[in-house]
Amino acid sequence: MTNFKENEVRTCDTTGLPVCLNAQKFIKMNAVVAVVFLLIGAVAAILLALTRWPSVHLLPADWFYRVLTLHGLNMLIFWILFFEIAILYFCGTTLLKSRLASTKVAWVSFGLMLIGAIMVDVAIFQGNSDVLMTSYMPLKGSPAFYGGIILVAVGTLVGVGNFFGCIYIAKRDKTYEGSMPLVVFGAVAAAIIAVGTLLHGAIVMIPTFLWSMGLIDTVDPGWYRLIWWALGHSSQQVNVCAMVAVWYLISYLAVGAKPLNETVCRAAFVFYILFINIASAHHLLVDPGVGAEWKIWNTSYAMYLAVLASMIHGFTIPAGIESVQRGRGFTQGLFTWVAKLPWKNPGFSAVFLSLVIFGFIGGITGVTLGTQQINIIAHNTLRIPGHFHATVVGGTTLAFMGLAYYVVPLIFQKEYYAKALCRIQPYLFAFGIVLMSVSMSFAGSYGVPRRHWDVEFTGAALGHTFDAGATFWLAGVGLGGTLAFLGMLLFILLTVAAVFFGKSNAGSPMEAWTPPLAPVADEDLEHKTPGAFALVILLLVCFMVYYFANWKALADVWWVR
Amino acid sequence: MPISPPPAGWFRAPEGYERTWVGLALVWCIIMFLAMPYWHFKGKQNSTGEAYKVTPEAFAERTKRFIEQNKTGEKLNGFDVVAPAPGSDVYLLAKMWSYEPAVLKLKKDQQYRLHLSALDLNHGFSLQPMNINFHILPGYDHVITLTPTMAGEYTVVCNEFCGIGHHMMTSRIIVE
Amino acid sequence: MADEQNIHPIQKLMDNPWLLLALSLAVLFLSYTAWGWFDLASLPQAKLP
Repeated sequence: MTNFKENEVRTCDTTGLPVCLNAQKFIKMNAVVAVVFLLIGAVAAILLALTRWPSVHLLPADWFYRVLTLHGLNMLIFWILFFEIAILYFCGTTLLKSRLASTKVAWVSFGLMLIGAIMVDVAIFQGNSDVLMTSYMPLKGSPAFYGGIILVAVGTLVGVGNFFGCIYIAKRDKTYEGSMPLVVFGAVAAAIIAVGTLLHGAIVMIPTFLWSMGLIDTVDPGWYRLIWWALGHSSQQVNVCAMVAVWYLISYLAVGAKPLNETVCRAAFVFYILFINIASAHHLLVDPGVGAEWKIWNTSYAMYLAVLASMIHGFTIPAGIESVQRGRGFTQGLFTWVAKLPWKNPGFSAVFLSLVIFGFIGGITGVTLGTQQINIIAHNTLRIPGHFHATVVGGTTLAFMGLAYYVVPLIFQKEYYAKALCRIQPYLFAFGIVLMSVSMSFAGSYGVPRRHWDVEFTGAALGHTFDAGATFWLAGVGLGGTLAFLGMLLFILLTVAAVFFGKSNAGSPMEAWTPPLAPVADEDLEHKTPGAFALVILLLVCFMVYYFANWKALADVWWVR
Repeated sequence: MPISPPPAGWFRAPEGYERTWVGLALVWCIIMFLAMPYWHFKGKQNSTGEAYKVTPEAFAERTKRFIEQNKTGEKLNGFDVVAPAPGSDVYLLAKMWSYEPAVLKLKKDQQYRLHLSALDLNHGFSLQPMNINFHILPGYDHVITLTPTMAGEYTVVCNEFCGIGHHMMTSRIIVE
Repeated sequence: MADEQNIHPIQKLMDNPWLLLALSLAVLFLSYTAWGWFDLASLPQAKLP
């Protein structure tokens, strides 16, 4: 049954799915605003990369920390949350053949988020909030800084509520039968995790805001870190769920891939829902006060069940792709199905690269660094940003770029110009991010600190000289960061050109990025996927090697308890 | 299809490669989980978070007394060298933008109870080139039981952002 | 309906986003927040020996 009113819906010319016009408006608004914040974050990024590159050392100290604050907030919070709200509105309407729950609520959410984000950026530029994204108490930013963050958090929570409203009315109005689609379930997982995240944001930011206004005395700095990280890391776990949902969506749209057994995929999302947020504890592994038992249990995502979930998705997505590829005749050897994939489709290449980077680099480093004891040789070194640029940038952001290559033709109904440039963009960006990330990790293993303006310690009474290797890798950070910036700028320019000046495709299906692949009936799908299995065994081997190498490195340091 | 509701009766157990992979991954997860309590009991490097509540003033006062009682009279770059007795309590105060004492002298293979706290903001304790890292919080006396296993000259680098002078915040630990 | 009786309890959990939301919040607030907060709150005073 349908719950659309007349003139509230159009039928997509490519997929045949119903597109709620109200939802479409908000998808567009949120996606465009997301890309504006992405641009701000990207300009900040190149300035930072050129400062951490010792031979360039572009920014002076005060601007370095200011721009770092700007970069963290605009990338990790504003770009990603606005884009995710757009994804939620899409999943809650089109994929459920249902209408947007409330237009008024969508306006409130958008308004709060936008006003909040602008307040924060203005406060940063005014120079009175050089406190970095984490704003650790007792560092003090301006009330507008904290107030803006509160508005963004509340606005996002309102948008998430609107998405839950969509889920509710679709079920109530019986717009679909049976269980919700897998991609929507992934979006629901992201939304559920976002609730816990944003509630903690409110619990920590409201007293901090009152303190910045002089209305309360103080907030305990240990308590602040505990609660803040339940906002800070959990928001990244929202990104993981959204990214995985996008992997399933794009691998279907680009290749026709279907997971072999949705039970396994959904169980993995349930492990995320239950256990992924408690691993925010990995930020407090070398903190005073919280005990070893709390650290070990929470950092393990409950015996690594949420990590098992990621390892599951790391198999099911390539397996679904392999299954359909073998079904259409690419059965030779272990990896012919890989060679025959549409590598010139930027939506597909971005998503596949995202999966590989997230798994091999982001995931492996993350679990290792988040091991209670191994964290001792990693906390606050450049190994940490080396890890999270692989997950949030090489993983989530790259996947979202891949999604954009479909959202613009399907929702904005505009075609990209310069498609040859679109095709290479994901590779350029991926290469830059991998180079930067790996360089950060190596520099960090020499002890180079994160969030630090000068590795030469100019002006220090008792300075320090890092091993020459550190300087070499910091140049890699600068070079990789520059290439990644170019890849990101290219994406933004191509996307803005398409959205505002692109040729409309309304009335016909979107131009295919690559020649369409033959459809495969369910009964022709291949159930044996040795290629995907070989890939995950390789992942497991890399994981084990990296993990045990780190334990060995830890065993070589001074004894400490 | 992942974008449409799955057919009725979709719920079923995994088979084939999928089942094998889930099993292998689960075993690996359990191994990683058990590694931490194992190292907690058998390993020599742990972060237990041993800590006490303290006021910055009380900690600063205790640190001043510690420096007075343990100065050797030697100086390094104009700073007093402080050499506490093996097995004793060592105090290190972090503040914008220095550590007190600026120079500590410890003995190899001897154990010390290192107390870390801050006068003002969050700071870091990043011992280089060993790359041992701990967090320092104001209001908390973070106690680390430390045994230097290698002689040499080490630097403590602050790796938690603490304002404009953050990059100048370092100190020395000499191990003989 | 006959269908409903054949639905596995785990599938029923998966099909219930509200229950999943409640469980997610319960695990987070108990395992991470409350336990961590308790650890911090029960620290003894420093003796500074």
